[in-house]
Amino acid sequence: MSSKLTRSNRAGWLFALPGFSLLFLFIIVPFFFAFWLSLTNQRLVSPNQAEFVGLQNYSNLLGLAVVTLEPERDDAGEIVRDDDGEIEYPRVRTITRNKEFPQYRGMGEWFRWQWGDTAKVVIASDVLFMKALVNTLAFALFIVPVQGGGALLLALLINQKLRGINVFRTVYFMPVVISIVVISLLWRFIYSGNDGLLNNILEVLTFGAFTPIDWLGRTDTALGSIIAMSAWQGMGFHMVIWLAGLQAISPTLYEAAAIEGASKWQTFRYITWPGLRNTAVLVLIVITMQSFAVFAQVDVMTNGGPLDSTQTLVFQTVERGYGKQDISGGATISVILFLMVLTISAIQGYLTRERK
Amino acid sequence: MKLTKTILGALAASTALAGAATAQTELTLWYHGAGNDVESSLLNTVIEDFNAAQSDWTVTVESFPQQSYNDSVVASALAGNLPCILDVDGPVMPNWAWAGYLQPLPISDEAVEGHLDATIGRYNGEIYSVGLWDAAVALYARQSTLDELGLRTPTLDEPWSKDEFMAALDAAKASGNYDYALDLGTAWTGEWYPYAYSPFLQSFGGDIVDRETYASAEGVLNSDEAIEFGEWWQSLFEEGYAPGTSQDPADRDSGFNEDKYAFSWNGNWAAAATLEAGVDDVRFLPAPDFGNGSTIGAGSWQFGVSSACEHPEGAAAFVEHALQDKYMAGFSDGIGLIPASKEAAQMTEKYAEGGPLAVFFDLSEQQAKVRPVTPGYVVAAKVFEKALADIANGADVADTLDAAVDEIERDIESNQGYGH
Repeated sequence: MSSKLTRSNRAGWLFALPGFSLLFLFIIVPFFFAFWLSLTNQRLVSPNQAEFVGLQNYSNLLGLAVVTLEPERDDAGEIVRDDDGEIEYPRVRTITRNKEFPQYRGMGEWFRWQWGDTAKVVIASDVLFMKALVNTLAFALFIVPVQGGGALLLALLINQKLRGINVFRTVYFMPVVISIVVISLLWRFIYSGNDGLLNNILEVLTFGAFTPIDWLGRTDTALGSIIAMSAWQGMGFHMVIWLAGLQAISPTLYEAAAIEGASKWQTFRYITWPGLRNTAVLVLIVITMQSFAVFAQVDVMTNGGPLDSTQTLVFQTVERGYGKQDISGGATISVILFLMVLTISAIQGYLTRERK
Repeated sequence: MKLTKTILGALAASTALAGAATAQTELTLWYHGAGNDVESSLLNTVIEDFNAAQSDWTVTVESFPQQSYNDSVVASALAGNLPCILDVDGPVMPNWAWAGYLQPLPISDEAVEGHLDATIGRYNGEIYSVGLWDAAVALYARQSTLDELGLRTPTLDEPWSKDEFMAALDAAKASGNYDYALDLGTAWTGEWYPYAYSPFLQSFGGDIVDRETYASAEGVLNSDEAIEFGEWWQSLFEEGYAPGTSQDPADRDSGFNEDKYAFSWNGNWAAAATLEAGVDDVRFLPAPDFGNGSTIGAGSWQFGVSSACEHPEGAAAFVEHALQDKYMAGFSDGIGLIPASKEAAQMTEKYAEGGPLAVFFDLSEQQAKVRPVTPGYVVAAKVFEKALADIANGADVADTLDAAVDEIERDIESNQGYGH
């Protein structure tokens, strides 16, 4: 005779079945499929049979080396300098295209620094991947505090018993509901260099002293612009999570604090923040995971440009897999991304664990 | 009960219909023009006429939005569900032929005689696809601008030289009447870049890949001529002649018509809008000659037969039927494309001799050059697009072109030479 528990469990599993099977079919199976593809040279469109290539895709992405460039010297042995007094070096291609160094073939310069008279150049098998990696990490690093902190601020603001507070809640939540593609298109207009809204506002505020900036067209502002817009877009979602956390804190604690004469800051520091601990861990991990998947904004607003300043890993995955028909290359990036996100989430989970 | 009867009746009727249709073999056609009513109705007329004109075949059409058309074909090829007749973009055709998506189109030479070269998709010495139209690009300018700045009007026989072109840009810039002297259309990403800008590179003496061997781009995309092209390309943006890659798409669409730009590098498909906007003294000038002649890109959407098609002769019959001048003229009048034959051009409003856009037909006929005919073009085009965007944004010219060469070569290698 089955107990009530297993019976209701059976019903529970039955209800979960559609969801689980869809997750299995569209998340878990493709994941293992991608892992397998990353070990082959599968192309999207090709008459050639795919072959097993082991870890070659990984070494094609992750290959790094440092080469030293000796300065150019004239016949007298003097170092050649250009008009600005900078030392002239031979081109990196004299090494990467040199038959004497087959191990560097096809690699390109990522960055370099000066070391005495010589130049140390870091060359990568896939410079684009390296740039995308750095940009994605920068994106995650900035968006976690901005989006999480902003969302907490909004949650504190709307956690008040005011008339019409639901209007504010709705307004703040609105960007989450609108498609990210639509939002990206709108923000393209806002950031426009000619007469975009942002430039106009800044000009009015500074009485014309501000010179308009082509926000998405400059290497030093493009990624920042995308970060700011993405943080704003996702804030409403995390605001709701913070709000749920805030409302779970017992009002008696606040009453006690009020009787003790605690200041606003003390109330926040010793009651609200400790009460939000679990919520904070959740928000931190969710934002981190989401931020590694940044794609639509880049695709719509900058296409990875200018000069690769907004390349991201997922954008590169799609660009490679579908644009350049290199399915195995795209799959390799997604596996690397998965491992990265897994590691970072695990570290975050460990660091924020409850110490007893 | 009544409902059941109705359903049964409907079932019976549909079976009867299907039974009647088996006398004719059904051929499915996939087309990229979903969402465009004019285009759809033009295509439907062609199909209805064909189905009525003979009793062997029935063509049915399924339309896809252009954005997702190629993805749909690739997906269905992987799933083994290709239709019989495929619509394919000219430069992509070799890729699909090589991959085994397409089989040669058994069409007679008479059917395409006298047609514009670029409307006939040849690969490995065989015809794989045929188009009803082509597209062309020209330098839009107002006659009033040319007069005001005291510029010679270039002709097909005597296009502007590089110096004349740069002098024209200088004059336009110095006049202070425009936001920018030249609108290159950098707001349009994707295939526009190689289609519109690689002819400049060719005119300088370079190319995207080596067309002799199709095995490498070394010495072609990074030759001295190509680097000279790259320096020139970069100077257009650095010296403020043209808006960069962050150009506002709205300005691209209407900037020339609103006098924001003195010259605009744009296709024949935009000409109707310019004329309608009241720019009635617009001139369509040929590309400048940078040393190796004036040239433009060519090759638009064409019809081919998929490898899954068991009746290529039926598909060929349909394509031959569609190639009639009246249909080509119809598509031209309807959606502004350049008809594939001179006779069809004479039947159109705009491309007939003396018509406002007749010059585009001459451009297509005399200067058009197809993009590299290789399966690897699809990837090379992407690499080229990125290289040009990077150079426009200030990247080192030689390094960028070298990196592009490396990437194209790596792709050719990993595809075992693409069968060349």
